[in-house]
Amino acid sequence: MTVLIFFLVIFLIIGVFFNGLGTVGLMRFPDVYTRLHATTKCTTFGSIFTSFAVIIYGFYFWKVSGDSKYGVMALHSLVALACLVITNATGSHAIARAAYRSGVMPRKAVIDELKEAKLDE
Amino acid sequence: MIGFVFSFLLSFLAYLFLAASQGEILGLWSQSEIIAACIISLIVAIISSKVLFQKKQYRLLNPLRWLTFLIYLMGPFLVALVKANIDVAYRVITGKINPGIVKISPNLKSDAAITLLANSITLTPGTLSVDIDESNNDLYIHWINVTNLKPAIEDVCGNFPIWIRRIAE
Amino acid sequence: MNLFNVFLLPAVLLILFILTSLFRLVLGPSIPDRVVALDTINTLVVAGMILFGAAFQEVIYIDVAIVYALLSYISTLYIANYLERRTKDK
Repeated sequence: MTVLIFFLVIFLIIGVFFNGLGTVGLMRFPDVYTRLHATTKCTTFGSIFTSFAVIIYGFYFWKVSGDSKYGVMALHSLVALACLVITNATGSHAIARAAYRSGVMPRKAVIDELKEAKLDE
Repeated sequence: MIGFVFSFLLSFLAYLFLAASQGEILGLWSQSEIIAACIISLIVAIISSKVLFQKKQYRLLNPLRWLTFLIYLMGPFLVALVKANIDVAYRVITGKINPGIVKISPNLKSDAAITLLANSITLTPGTLSVDIDESNNDLYIHWINVTNLKPAIEDVCGNFPIWIRRIAE
Repeated sequence: MNLFNVFLLPAVLLILFILTSLFRLVLGPSIPDRVVALDTINTLVVAGMILFGAAFQEVIYIDVAIVYALLSYISTLYIANYLERRTKDK
């Protein structure tokens, strides 16, 4: 029991720390692309950890108490986590592409090979 | 036919995951639930098998590829994900950035492979895929810390293309 | 059993992060900035809903989180598509 609480607290601390870091990055970075870096990676990673805490909690109590409510909680958290991880990366790709095509240039860029490429049409 | 069976199993599994509650089978499903799952996923499979397998390619259904995918997910990808987050944490706290958009040509043919590579690149250290040249599958990548202006593929995404060629080509 | 308190504090912290992200949604100089903020808020809402579901022992919260994750993905894609089409028409 204490081991379980120890693991849960560790997972939750890591998860909340990285989620907060994503938010700080969103406020701090200078342009869209660097903000996307911070938010996509950090919030995905943080959400993986917080959801894993719930999954471990659910499976543990399912085994101990035999109440299927906890098992359902763990399974559904797993599905939500899978949806989140798959959709987050693809969504950030879509935003980056739309931002570039709507004319937002990367600030302080040392090189920009997409500008010469002319990919429109 | 094999596409139909696969989409039936996929929708059956999805239904079971989402409809789990109380019952006699494993404590999660009742018998009438299983029958309902069969009927509904049969209907879904009839509709969706035509959409899922438009090009009649069944290479991705090979279980060996799924095993490779799992190993890739647990091994190199997980390490890169952890490294990426520590890297981003460092950059958020110190504010040191040196961004730029570079081009790489991974020489992958199929759509599944290029999708997997673009998603992997987005979640790994310091890189974010921005755009794609659809004629020859070149990727344009926003790199947060440009170290050389004409990068090789290994500089940007390590040995991911080798793994992905094994998984999806 | 007082274990649910373990999940309650992180969930409240996530709500605090959502409020911080709202500043970027209001301030953001360009439209893609706002979309990035919206995407972040969506992810944090899903993570927070899972934590609240565990804290209050309600499975229905997590079901709502699944639907929310998928619908917010569709909305992000639609906004991105709209931005591209708008610049093409100009």
